[in-house]
Amino acid sequence: MSASPTITPGVTSGPGSDFSDVTGSDAALRRFLHGLPGVDQVGAEARAAALGTRSIKTTAKEFAIDLAIRMVDLTTLEGADTAGKVRALAAKAMLPDPADQTCPSTAAVCVYPDLVAVAKQTLGESGVHVAAVATAFPSGRAALDIKLADTRDAVEAGADEIDMVIDRGAFLSGHYRQVYDEIVAVREACGSAHLKVIFETGELQTYDNVRRASWLAMMAGAHFIKTSTGKVQPAATLPVTLVMLEAVRDFREATGRMVGVKPAGGIRTSKDAIKYLVMVNEVAGPDWLDPDWFRFGASTLLNDLLMQRTKMTTGRYSGPDYFTLD
Amino acid sequence: MSTETTKTVFEYAPAPESRAVVDIKASYGLFVNGEHVEGRGTPFKTVNPATEEVLAEVAEADEADIDAAVKAARRAYEKVWGPMPGKERAKYLYRIARIIQERSRELAVLETIDNGKPIKESRDVDVPTVAAHFFYYAGWADKLEFSGYGTTPLGVAGQVIPWNFPLLMLAWKVAPALACGNTVVLKPAETTPLTALLFAEICQQADLPPGVVNIVTGAGRTGQALVSHPGVDKVAFTGSTDVGKAIARAVAGTDKKVTLELGGKAANIVFDDAPLDQAVEGIVNGIFFNQGHVCCAGSRLLVQESIADDLLARLKRRMSTLRVGDPLDKNTDIGAINSAEQLARIRELSAIGEAEGSERWSPACDLPTTGYWFPPTLFTGVSQAHRIAREEIFGPVLSVLTFRTPSEAVEKANNTPYGLSAGVWSDKGSLILKIAAELRAGVVWANTFNKFDPTSPFGGFKESGYGREGGRHGLEAYLKGADQ
Repeated sequence: MSASPTITPGVTSGPGSDFSDVTGSDAALRRFLHGLPGVDQVGAEARAAALGTRSIKTTAKEFAIDLAIRMVDLTTLEGADTAGKVRALAAKAMLPDPADQTCPSTAAVCVYPDLVAVAKQTLGESGVHVAAVATAFPSGRAALDIKLADTRDAVEAGADEIDMVIDRGAFLSGHYRQVYDEIVAVREACGSAHLKVIFETGELQTYDNVRRASWLAMMAGAHFIKTSTGKVQPAATLPVTLVMLEAVRDFREATGRMVGVKPAGGIRTSKDAIKYLVMVNEVAGPDWLDPDWFRFGASTLLNDLLMQRTKMTTGRYSGPDYFTLD
Repeated sequence: MSTETTKTVFEYAPAPESRAVVDIKASYGLFVNGEHVEGRGTPFKTVNPATEEVLAEVAEADEADIDAAVKAARRAYEKVWGPMPGKERAKYLYRIARIIQERSRELAVLETIDNGKPIKESRDVDVPTVAAHFFYYAGWADKLEFSGYGTTPLGVAGQVIPWNFPLLMLAWKVAPALACGNTVVLKPAETTPLTALLFAEICQQADLPPGVVNIVTGAGRTGQALVSHPGVDKVAFTGSTDVGKAIARAVAGTDKKVTLELGGKAANIVFDDAPLDQAVEGIVNGIFFNQGHVCCAGSRLLVQESIADDLLARLKRRMSTLRVGDPLDKNTDIGAINSAEQLARIRELSAIGEAEGSERWSPACDLPTTGYWFPPTLFTGVSQAHRIAREEIFGPVLSVLTFRTPSEAVEKANNTPYGLSAGVWSDKGSLILKIAAELRAGVVWANTFNKFDPTSPFGGFKESGYGREGGRHGLEAYLKGADQ
């Protein structure tokens, strides 16, 4: 990459440390982020559409469906959420298909911070993680200390993963350093919890912005970069995810460090999920085909995956009444 | 954080398109005057290049057959098609276009079997563009007075087409000819006659009057007989520059109108501010689309030196994900080379590339053991003097050259006897416009490559031929002109 600073591959001594020469000020960050290769909208969308025509059948489909189930962050983020609702969701995450014990559990459940403890209690040692949206989700419009308190609260309640939102206002007005500093601060507040950084790509609008936000978050130490809150349309799309997958691929080339990707919102069918997995496989590479490195933020997707899974094993479709409401 | 997790392999299970939709006969005759008739020459075989399986025996048209076909076309021109009002001709063309859409799967599968191209291309590119071409020129049939080229057809068109896009080249030739009121005698390539013969059936299904479209099969001799027949008013040829020159000589001194769409050695120019990931896609699409059997293929990559290493690393990584194999598999990206003869030529030129000192690279890929196959290949360290930078290879072989400044890029791009197409990749609109104006090529794509649309004219400079196909410009080749 012509615009990259001098980087020593493999050095991962701490978040951002490889990039100290480009993260020092808004101006330096701007020079770096705007020096990244541009994204041609037509070309990126054409590539995403072309990958969407892969025909995934029989054994490949079985593999993809199980992998997709293992990658789901089963999500409820409603004002009406209750302890009962979260317990039900957690039970579903551990045992998505009570009729088939061979069905894998999901990667995580994703809830608001005040419900983390409930989720954690239900999930226990099942291996299903608890992810919490923090930092004044979904708008991110609060003071930094409130965002940090929100994060610490979730971590103390037992969250394994924190899904933060970036300050889109700051990003769009070019205050890259502010966005960067917030991510670094939240990462610190996370302690040992993993940090996912949500861009709300529907508000960033351009693919160039998505690529810049991806690098900004990765340099600031994000473990995952995530498309959307699910509260803004459009949420995850294939081309946006393509640009993010290219970014994590290039970031590993430059630093040796892997960052995960999570599209969230709007992925409802197995067919869609499989298109994403094909894209992960062919763009970022097979190393990312793992719940540690790729997640789906979704709720209704899971039941469609279960229905397709049952179809694959029994040869018959069954109705929605045969799958549990979460 | 660990960078190495357990390797997961996402193997795509075979996803073959069914062959059941096509019905290939054991033998095919010629299509003359609305009927299938036997040829008088020596029949030849057409094979599936992916398996070397013989698909059918096809009649060879000799001089007498050509004469009969041209006479049938002449009668149809004088008695039916020429006098017919444009809006009536349009109805037939629309009908043909709709039947092509209805039978698109059949056409796509047959094209893939006979040609070796991946089903995803015949299905998503060739056949839809064929239908679009008929729809587009159907729209012109009753509006010729607005074309700028008059409304008077030429008469009988003798058309010879290549094997790389068998049905699409047929559409490029037949649709404008018919829309303008001409009748045609068309010779498909000897290695790919089957979709043209299926098109003959479609003409019958559309009740096209007998003799308006005649299809004569055979090899070079048949083509020569067709273009030199005195009853032909117009010759249209797409194919190699050598054959194009021979045709130009054969018709010299006659009053036949000629259009030639010949070879190319297109430059795909990538500047240092290009959208790199999309440029990589454009390079791949430019040279590996249709196994590189594309006259406008971007076979010379000109990359600015400051980004050459980065771009090549991205390109190689991308090439490693290309899936080479069974053309009928829906996940195949690169199919079979069309013929043993073409494969030999690609091998020969690639060997010359190595001998001349260029570095050859292909991703690891398992090629099938039967059939004609060549892996996607790139050569680095190529200079303008190398034969692989000058001659058309017509295969999945990319020559990579570098440049330092925009003017050097233009000089190198134009330093070829050809001039069919070119590509420019940059985020800077003003640079794209400047370079496009300086390139001597019939088509210049900006931040894309190999995009075809019936409304857009296509044709070459220099040894890439003359005349334009497609768009309003494409009508000129089939009309007498406004002042005649």
